[in-house]
Amino acid sequence: MNIATQAVQIGLEWDTRTGAVTVPIYQTATFRHPGLGQSTGYDYSRSGNPTRQALEDGIARLDGAARGFAYASGMAAITNLLLLFKSGDHLIVTEDLYGGTCRLFDRIFTQYGLSFSYVDTSNTAEVTAAILPSTKAVFVETLTNPLLKFADLRAISAICRSNNLLLIADNTFLTPYLLRPLDMGADIAVYSATKYLAGHNDTVAGLVTVKDPMLAERVYFHQNSAGAVLGPQDSWLTTRGIKTLAIRMERQQENAGRIAEWLATHPRITKVYYPGLKDHPDHDLMGRESRGFCAMIAFEVDRHELVEQILLKTKLISFAESLGGVESLITFPEVQTHADIPPELRVRLGINNVLLRLSVGIENCDDLIEDLRQALEN
Amino acid sequence: MKLATKLIHGGPTIDQQTGALGIPIYQISTYRQTSVDHFSKYDYARGDNPTREALEDTLAVLEGGTRCLAFASGMAAISTTLMIFSPGDHLVVCDDVYGGAYRVLSTIFSRMGITSTFVDATDLTAIEAAIRPKTKGIYLETPSNPLLKVTDLRRAADIANRHGIITLVDNTFMTPYLQRPLELGCDIVLHSGTKFINGHSDVLCGFAVTGDKELGQRIRYIQNAFGTGLGPQDSFLTLRGVKTLKVRMDQSQMNALKIVAWLKQQPRVTAVHYPGLPEHPGHAIHKAQADGPGAVFSFELDSYETTKRLLENAHLAAFAVSLGGVESIISYPAKMSHASVPKEERERKGITDTLVRLSVGLEDPDDLIADLQQAIG
Repeated sequence: MNIATQAVQIGLEWDTRTGAVTVPIYQTATFRHPGLGQSTGYDYSRSGNPTRQALEDGIARLDGAARGFAYASGMAAITNLLLLFKSGDHLIVTEDLYGGTCRLFDRIFTQYGLSFSYVDTSNTAEVTAAILPSTKAVFVETLTNPLLKFADLRAISAICRSNNLLLIADNTFLTPYLLRPLDMGADIAVYSATKYLAGHNDTVAGLVTVKDPMLAERVYFHQNSAGAVLGPQDSWLTTRGIKTLAIRMERQQENAGRIAEWLATHPRITKVYYPGLKDHPDHDLMGRESRGFCAMIAFEVDRHELVEQILLKTKLISFAESLGGVESLITFPEVQTHADIPPELRVRLGINNVLLRLSVGIENCDDLIEDLRQALEN
Repeated sequence: MKLATKLIHGGPTIDQQTGALGIPIYQISTYRQTSVDHFSKYDYARGDNPTREALEDTLAVLEGGTRCLAFASGMAAISTTLMIFSPGDHLVVCDDVYGGAYRVLSTIFSRMGITSTFVDATDLTAIEAAIRPKTKGIYLETPSNPLLKVTDLRRAADIANRHGIITLVDNTFMTPYLQRPLELGCDIVLHSGTKFINGHSDVLCGFAVTGDKELGQRIRYIQNAFGTGLGPQDSFLTLRGVKTLKVRMDQSQMNALKIVAWLKQQPRVTAVHYPGLPEHPGHAIHKAQADGPGAVFSFELDSYETTKRLLENAHLAAFAVSLGGVESIISYPAKMSHASVPKEERERKGITDTLVRLSVGLEDPDDLIADLQQAIG
């Protein structure tokens, strides 16, 4: 079944009592037991809630996973996965990682004895070179934030398999609609569902999918034990969002492709990072492996003063953090999303004081281009 | 600003106080007042709620109106709006009007002395012939439900203007994306927002939109007096739903065209009613007043057995009431939307026991066709 169809099907046949075509919002903490030693399958909402489960089953199906898990945020999802490791374990991580993930790894999990090496995961030789005897996993972003490097998951998963390492892929930017990491050798996929999956900038949520049933059982143990689960209202809104994932992403990509081309020809723009552009180093690889190029663009302006001008003068495009929603957003990664990356690493990566990140929404593309034009040229 | 952008930015979208990219859900009933002499605009949520207001302002922009009111359901919108008429008033109504509207007109408003004459609204002379001295309004649906019959809205509005009466149009099937009756000269647009506008089969809501401010104020007076306004949670969900209206409608319509083309080749399918088909009698008129044929159509099967088999064996297309959601919904007008219309009346109108209506969702069209194929056999 096509993924667009699967997305719409989530929760559709859940309620057998009434036939309701969406899963009900089970705003309940606990469930009455039918008898001593008996359970309806639901005991307590941290352990399992039907509304959350509809979402978890849905994302598992979209990703071709054994199981899915929903958390209160993307960071709660990653935190829960890090609990799979123990003191002394080492992980290899994509270097231009989302700032929040970097903060979690460096400032919190290092205190518990985990260590992290940051490498350019688009270069597989660097990944191999970073492996230590204590290395247990590789954590990559399938499309990086904010510089939009595409990870060669098949190559990295081959390295992981031969070294017995777990491969965790943060697939937030691409979603299962564009790429299914578990099909390409990843063991676990993780999402900030706040972004494209929920897609309306109105819910904070995280999702995890796991390929192997035994590993999924371990993740479930931690989900239930640590308990940062997603509430029923947000689970339901995320499910509702996923139903339009395919059409939103299609429109957002189409808009992004046109805007990237327009930016590339503008005299005040000195650099455009968008994998859909032919001169992007990962254009060919991503064209083969992914259904599309996503709708995130990073670009550099010719002088720093323009940054503030653009952020304040765009009218349709809101100056706000987050991404992936129906409305277009623009951010300044150096001081916003990536403020927690060490300055010298930031400079080396190219996250500088003239770099802006644009998340393209589903507005009319001409209106968006006009908004950028007036902000740049006024 | 083009429609795709208006859907996202047309109404109020940013919370003034916090900058939140969305209007908060004001789950309240009342508001603290600071002056004894001058109550604020917001005094009680039956009258004014900022979440509902954001939705209303958005729909007013989309329909090209000056005022929109949001209601607890499509029928709440229709019945509240019909309260602008008085005992003794008479309405001319399209004869294949939605069964729920037929019910309130024929059993409730008739009791209050507001009478209706049902006419074939594809025939403009029939509309004009039914107008009496006491006639105050023409009530239309185009394309109609479930036979997708088309009425020429510009010319119907001309007739109404000549007689000094108003035109009400239920625009549920089309949404403002595809058809804007106010721009064609009509006076009130009604909606079941439950359908394509919200689009996720998870909210009940309705709208009335007017071009004339005074007319809008009259409906608003009744909305507040009767308390039929939409709640804040549902207002928020509908605002959220409307953002994807264009992308949903584009995809559903494309799917519908593909499925219609397939159905026409099936030996067990004896007729397909869809204004997108060149042979549809209303095709040219529809094309002149709307920007697309929509994503709902009906078709007739060769026997009751085939009909029953289809309804019971379609898996992807849920057999249910309602339409316009992300999921395809197949329904049986004779026993569902038009169950409240007497049998002889129903059959005379062409709503037979072998007529099926399909509202096409966002599934892959090939999956839907495969599903219909296995169900029809």
